[in-house]
Amino acid sequence: MRGLDEQIQEIKSDSLRMSAELSQLEEKLLYPSGTQVAIFVEIAKGDMMRLDAVRLQIDGQLVAHYIYSAKELQALRKGGVQRIYVGNVATGDHKLAVLVDGKLEGGADFSRTGEFTFRKEVKPKLVGLTLAGPRSGNTPITLGDW
Amino acid sequence: MRATRQLIGLALALGLAVPPATGGDLKDLYFGEALYHAYQGQYFDALQRLDTELAQYHVLDEPKLDTLHYHINDAEFSVGDFELDYRMHQRAGRAIKAVLEGAVDEAVRNEAAFRLARIHFQKGQLDDALQALARIKGTVPEEIKGDLEFLRANVDMATGQPGEAVKVLSQLRSNERLAGFVAYNLSIALLQDGRTQEAIEQLNKAGQLPADDPAALAIRDKSNLVLGTMLFESGNFERAKQALDRVHLKGPFSNQALLRAGWAQASAKQYDRALVPWNILVDREPTDAAVQEAILAVPHAYASLNLHGRAAIGYGRALELFSNQVDRVDASIRSIREGQFLNALIREESREDETWVIRLRNLPDAPETYYLMELMASHDFQTALHNYLDLEDLRSRLNTWKTSLDAFDDIIRLRGQNYEPLLPEVDAQFRALDSRIRLRLEQRKHLAERLQAMLTAPRPDYLATAEEQIAGERIALVEKRLGNSNDPESLALRQRATRLRGALTWRLETEYNDRLTAAYVHLDELKAPLDALDRRNDAFVRTRQAATHSYVGYDVQIARLRERVGDGLQRVDMLIARQGHMIETVAINQLEARRERLIAQQTEARFGVADSYDRAARAQSDAGGR
Repeated sequence: MRGLDEQIQEIKSDSLRMSAELSQLEEKLLYPSGTQVAIFVEIAKGDMMRLDAVRLQIDGQLVAHYIYSAKELQALRKGGVQRIYVGNVATGDHKLAVLVDGKLEGGADFSRTGEFTFRKEVKPKLVGLTLAGPRSGNTPITLGDW
Repeated sequence: MRATRQLIGLALALGLAVPPATGGDLKDLYFGEALYHAYQGQYFDALQRLDTELAQYHVLDEPKLDTLHYHINDAEFSVGDFELDYRMHQRAGRAIKAVLEGAVDEAVRNEAAFRLARIHFQKGQLDDALQALARIKGTVPEEIKGDLEFLRANVDMATGQPGEAVKVLSQLRSNERLAGFVAYNLSIALLQDGRTQEAIEQLNKAGQLPADDPAALAIRDKSNLVLGTMLFESGNFERAKQALDRVHLKGPFSNQALLRAGWAQASAKQYDRALVPWNILVDREPTDAAVQEAILAVPHAYASLNLHGRAAIGYGRALELFSNQVDRVDASIRSIREGQFLNALIREESREDETWVIRLRNLPDAPETYYLMELMASHDFQTALHNYLDLEDLRSRLNTWKTSLDAFDDIIRLRGQNYEPLLPEVDAQFRALDSRIRLRLEQRKHLAERLQAMLTAPRPDYLATAEEQIAGERIALVEKRLGNSNDPESLALRQRATRLRGALTWRLETEYNDRLTAAYVHLDELKAPLDALDRRNDAFVRTRQAATHSYVGYDVQIARLRERVGDGLQRVDMLIARQGHMIETVAINQLEARRERLIAQQTEARFGVADSYDRAARAQSDAGGR
């Protein structure tokens, strides 16, 4: 039984190495650094908002529409960060439109929108969106640069 | 004492109380992404992301400028945690050892030593755990102080030093967060140390601690169950019953508690009271061993109360139930042998939340899962099952990667087909443009150098306009034609030419400074368009390079990866088959043992039916005779 367990651990290790190499290959092939933009979503610390969905548009084009499961929402509430979108844009300024759908504690729906501009340089662009519920007193959608 | 020993098992271990950085504290998005996966139990993705981040961080020239620097200790610690969660015990701890041996401050080193000790303890490497604990000296972060002492006590217990564990745990009693764990483990340590009476009193306290969450409630229930069992075995039935009555009726230990509470009453010959918990139990899940025992115990109680008619009915019900359960076990074994058990386990939709095991048991037409809960109670079986599911997950990933590699090949081929006919012409055009750009840049450079030189060695003629240059040349031509002739007409003309040259020189000399300034301004104005041209040129070069990089130089890497993925798939297939076979064998062995027990209970019930009818008939005839 131990031998089998060790072999399983070995294949896990090998698979992790393969996965890392494949991710790098994928990034080089599909999202080269000159055009890469990655958008991340997090929930403001301590905010217990019930996030249902996030929609993103870059320069008027819908690039992501994500609906959250309970497990994913829980992970965000605990401080996890979701990479919601990876794509390519040309260098220069771009418009990012964010639409957030969620529910209030009483079960009523709420929606928030935000319009931002980000600048793509030669290096990969990382954009972080911090979301906060309507009752938190924080700005509903904040854009951060990394 | 066998039942008590089984119940006590090991002391309670504890998950880590210190979470990694969260929400607003987060500085590194990729670390946050790893946490996002880990919080969902997706440890493969979490590890892959964090391994990559850490590998990149460790080769940086100036890691302090990287955002991961803010979380580096948490990240190294988290890798160890994720590896343990992903059942990679061999690898777990390597990253933490790196922290331990790195140049970190005392508090961080001590936390690393604590985490390493915890990993060794979980892996059952007690000597290594002790060594890691021995490295802790000086400042210990406040957040882990309680957990550290708790771990120390657990290691003491596991290494046969319960007396030491008692000392450590006694000092931890004021820790509110660990109250339930400490109270329970202290009683186990006392028991191991041979201080049975003190252990009983401690269990009694542990069983009455306030509990406001499911985990605390479960510990309290377990304390009461162990206490009740110990008291029952020592013949103290009344106190045993009090302890067992405290077990929460809906908790994970309630079936065992109800069964034992009944036996505590029955042992005190209070059969009518024994029937109260047993009658609650008989209506519960019939695959549970405690329920099955209660189903037989109920008619036994009626028989002891001389209610033979009721006993006969009860034994009849038990007989029917055991027959059904034997059929179910047979169906389970048959279904497992047909491979249905493993198929049921890997159903994606069935594993969406933590109650998947319970829901599996209730699936219609899935006899292979009826007795799953019983099997899942075994830690080895759970590990084997999770490993099987991990392998299934790996198989699915490897198949996806295989498809991805095929897609990459397609992308590369199509890009090649697109670019190769275009690029020679683009390159030719670019070369022509590039040489023109270079020429202009060279010209600008030359002008700048001349202007610079003119600051120290003024050359007004360099700043003459085209008109002035032509005028100068014409004057020189006139002067040449006039030569040195002394005739009056020539003299007059020469004087005019000299005046004109004087006027021109005057203008050039007097306007020199203004013209030099204007030349500088104009040269400066040239900078912006030339810089823009340079940027466009760089952008083109980058795009041109990207075009080549988008399809050249991948063949070897893709071929090598394809080979590794293929090899990985073969190994995973082989391991899945072996792991699956092992799980099926363990499941079948356990079910066969269960079947034997059911057959024995069936026989007992059959005998009970006959005996009860005999006794009932005898009682009736005795009554008739009188």
